[in-house]
Amino acid sequence: MSFNKSEIQKIAWLARLSIEQQDISTYSDELSNILNLVECMNSVDTEGISPIAHPLDLTARFRTDSVTEVNQRDQFQKNAAQTDAGCYLVPKVIE
Amino acid sequence: MHQSTLAQLSTALESNQISSEELTRHYLERCKQFNKSLNCFITINEESALTQAKLADIQRKTGDATPLTGIPIAQKDIFCTNGVKTSCGSKMLDNFIAPYDATLVRKMNLAGIVNIGKTNMDEFAMGSSNETSFYGAVKNPWNKETVPGGSSGGSACVVAARLSPAATGTDTGGSIRQPASLCGITGLKPTYGRVSRYGMIAFASSLDQGGPMTQTAEDAGLIMNVIAGFDERDSTSAEHPVDDYTARLNDSIEGIKIGLPKQYFSEGLDSNIAELIQEGIKELEKLGATCKEIELPNTELSIPAYYVVAPAECSSNLSRFDGVRFGHSCENPRDLSDLYCRSRSEGFGKEVKRRIMIGTYVLSSGYYDAYYLKAQRIRHLIRLDFQKALADVDVIAGPTATGTAFKLNEMMGDPVSMYRSDLYTVSANLAGLPAISIPAGFVNNLPVGMQLIGNYFEESRLLNIAHRFQQATDHHKAIPEGFE
Repeated sequence: MSFNKSEIQKIAWLARLSIEQQDISTYSDELSNILNLVECMNSVDTEGISPIAHPLDLTARFRTDSVTEVNQRDQFQKNAAQTDAGCYLVPKVIE
Repeated sequence: MHQSTLAQLSTALESNQISSEELTRHYLERCKQFNKSLNCFITINEESALTQAKLADIQRKTGDATPLTGIPIAQKDIFCTNGVKTSCGSKMLDNFIAPYDATLVRKMNLAGIVNIGKTNMDEFAMGSSNETSFYGAVKNPWNKETVPGGSSGGSACVVAARLSPAATGTDTGGSIRQPASLCGITGLKPTYGRVSRYGMIAFASSLDQGGPMTQTAEDAGLIMNVIAGFDERDSTSAEHPVDDYTARLNDSIEGIKIGLPKQYFSEGLDSNIAELIQEGIKELEKLGATCKEIELPNTELSIPAYYVVAPAECSSNLSRFDGVRFGHSCENPRDLSDLYCRSRSEGFGKEVKRRIMIGTYVLSSGYYDAYYLKAQRIRHLIRLDFQKALADVDVIAGPTATGTAFKLNEMMGDPVSMYRSDLYTVSANLAGLPAISIPAGFVNNLPVGMQLIGNYFEESRLLNIAHRFQQATDHHKAIPEGFE
């Protein structure tokens, strides 16, 4: 398994990461090595073995639909880069 | 004073031999003195620790104390701590002041424990050497040219160097046990769901578990008594009765059946380490345990399954870092995409980006079944291996790590070799089982850990065996030169 330049760029875009041109071949080598490490899974017969997402097979818990948190917007927004009147600011999306 | 265990400090405080303020000042001095050379703390909470200590002294006087009231303990910088920088070892969160306490931190505060500082760690807990931290590598106090292990390397280092009598860590694929092994301390990864994950910054949610890093098994039990238990704020928290983790420490281990997996003593293991582990097992036999060889046939597959499942969950969890609500935000973004891409690329380090990319790939359309689903099926096989083995024996014993502490920079250029070194630890995470690493001796003056893996929610049994072992041996009492 090995990745070409456009595959690396596509994965980076899906992950919303920008990769510098000069780093593409390093990423390609490293990701290929990691995939080669995991490739041996393919030789294992897992017919009839169900996939598990969680070690203890827990089911989702429900709670009553009541308010449990107080409004701490001002405190939470102290960690944001830009806010205005209680809103988070981002670059303009719609012209 | 700093040679003392938590249990000894608890007695000293209880009998008024020392005050929490004196104790906290003593440890704070050591932290400041040795942090320069070890780089084990990201933040030392001098002011707030002294405030907590003074309050603890009042609680002790009014009879309103728990066994650990007034004892300083260091927290891995992955646990959100209200009003304190919580960086997770990343540039991404270098400016993040947590607006709330993790449940683990809240419980420790309520017990009157003094939070002395936030320990250095691999970035977002991704690493086995503590070299991926934005704040630089941590040094192993046994030999400063070597790594302390990771990702809870800072926590292991502070306990080994006696800068704090104990610390907390998190373990996704061995991040409590492997640094405990490399630094010569005791580290317990509880059963998945036993300790709340609320406020513990997520890496791989189906694997992550917080736990104690201490000098002794007894101390680990004392901390478990504070942090274990159901938490409705963690959707995967276990609704299972909580033990008194110190009640059974002294029970006899006569007749306990220990399984020795053939696959844990194969050619990948350093022969000197194998010898020490065999000696440790003989010690357990002297205490009345019986041993037999067992099979965990899918052990080799745990690394591939782990390095699909963990990056997949990491890529999903870390998608929350968008440069908008918290964390690093790039300067002058051209548009929204540029804000996302540049904030993330500037904020995350190399190893984190590698894992996000692998995770993104294995979850992407067309590859999901071949990688992610396959890894989850193999995860099931690994769990079946353990279920079968633990129907026959009480605990499983073997080495914690494939080697002793390696040289700084030795493995950084070769991520795959670093991944392979997690061979003996990742399967307990995949299966969700509790496991402990305890000091078993030294090879070339570097510590070696022995691992015990138990059945679900049987932390008490692991602590019991580990405690009896530590009553009969001295490995855990060794302190690195210059830190006595």
